[in-house]
Amino acid sequence: MENSLEVKNLCKKYNGFELKNVNLSLPKGMIMGLIGENGAGKTTTIKSILNVIKRDSGEINIFGLDNIKDEKKIKSDIGVVLDDSFLSEYLTPKDISKIMKNFYKTWDENLYFQYIEKFKLPQNKISKEFSSGMKMKLKIATALAHKPKLLVLDEPTSGLDPIARNEILDIFQEFIQDEEHSILVSSHITSDLEHIADYITFINEGEIVFTKTRDELLEEYGVLKCAEEEFKKLDKKDYIKFKKNKYEYEVLVENKNEFRKKYDFGVIDRASIESIMLIYIKGEK
Amino acid sequence: MNIIISNSSNVPIYEQIKEQIKSKIISNELKVGEMLPSIRSLAKDLRISVITTKNAYEQLEKEGYVETIPAKGTYVANKNVEIIREEQLQKVEQLIDTVVNIARVSNISKDEIKSMLDILYEEE
Repeated sequence: MENSLEVKNLCKKYNGFELKNVNLSLPKGMIMGLIGENGAGKTTTIKSILNVIKRDSGEINIFGLDNIKDEKKIKSDIGVVLDDSFLSEYLTPKDISKIMKNFYKTWDENLYFQYIEKFKLPQNKISKEFSSGMKMKLKIATALAHKPKLLVLDEPTSGLDPIARNEILDIFQEFIQDEEHSILVSSHITSDLEHIADYITFINEGEIVFTKTRDELLEEYGVLKCAEEEFKKLDKKDYIKFKKNKYEYEVLVENKNEFRKKYDFGVIDRASIESIMLIYIKGEK
Repeated sequence: MNIIISNSSNVPIYEQIKEQIKSKIISNELKVGEMLPSIRSLAKDLRISVITTKNAYEQLEKEGYVETIPAKGTYVANKNVEIIREEQLQKVEQLIDTVVNIARVSNISKDEIKSMLDILYEEE
């Protein structure tokens, strides 16, 4: 499978924060969710990919091209949604099209207004007066209208209500109907990604903890809940991490079915992305 | 065609899709040569990841229920319905065998098993 995006050994050091040897590969036609707590390095990774911030070392290839050397060529094929809006809130959707036409050779005015209509956005109202859901949809319409092949979004669903979030997930799935298209999306609202992301990459304290397919993670991982005496019977190599709570132990295991063959106590639930993150970050080994 | 996914079930989602399509093929609701929805459109309509539907289709293909023609689509394969039924029958037989063994060991009568079966059938 060809990759749309490849990040190799990406490093970036700030005062008090470091991105350490980040590796990612996103195959064509797929959605990758980048998860992690605030300050884990999601935005730094995304901004390095977009070359908005300069990396210290490592390699980033987009559609097989270097993201700095071939920046111009690549940029026209990427649609970007970042947290900080780069467009003035005093512009109407109509104004935005006029401006973007000059930036992108591939800007498709018809397509843009199709999205504006589909997302039910008023064409002649300044976006300052939009709800947060509408603002996000405007950003996405703007990102899609120059017909990108890769969509990179930083926290597109945060602060939105469930209905708006759902609509945005629909847009994503519509976008990847074309097998050449892919999406990298960061979010701390993990339930959004649980359904539609093909790959989940978990970043913690500037390091990638894992990249797994959605099915590996949600169908195989499990959370065992058991009593202290039972927990003591576990072999250290049979679990990933554990968290001691007031009334029970929560233990993250890589494959709940395999685990069940060996141990018969406690209850094992399917692990949600949220619980996996939580036990990884707060748990101990 | 209906495909109903339970998010709270212990059965993996790809397995749920696989089993439901399989039963539609066996019951002839999906006919030989009929085209299945594309992996991507099915993923979108079920609101699940592409990899999950891909997984389901790959397994169906492995078991001979469907075939994929590159760049065209996935079709119900010309697998003999009789053979499929035979396979299912064998599976049922194996499971009943287990049931009978457990029943014998634990002194559960044939009638008790029969009435259990009746109840389970009625629940459907």
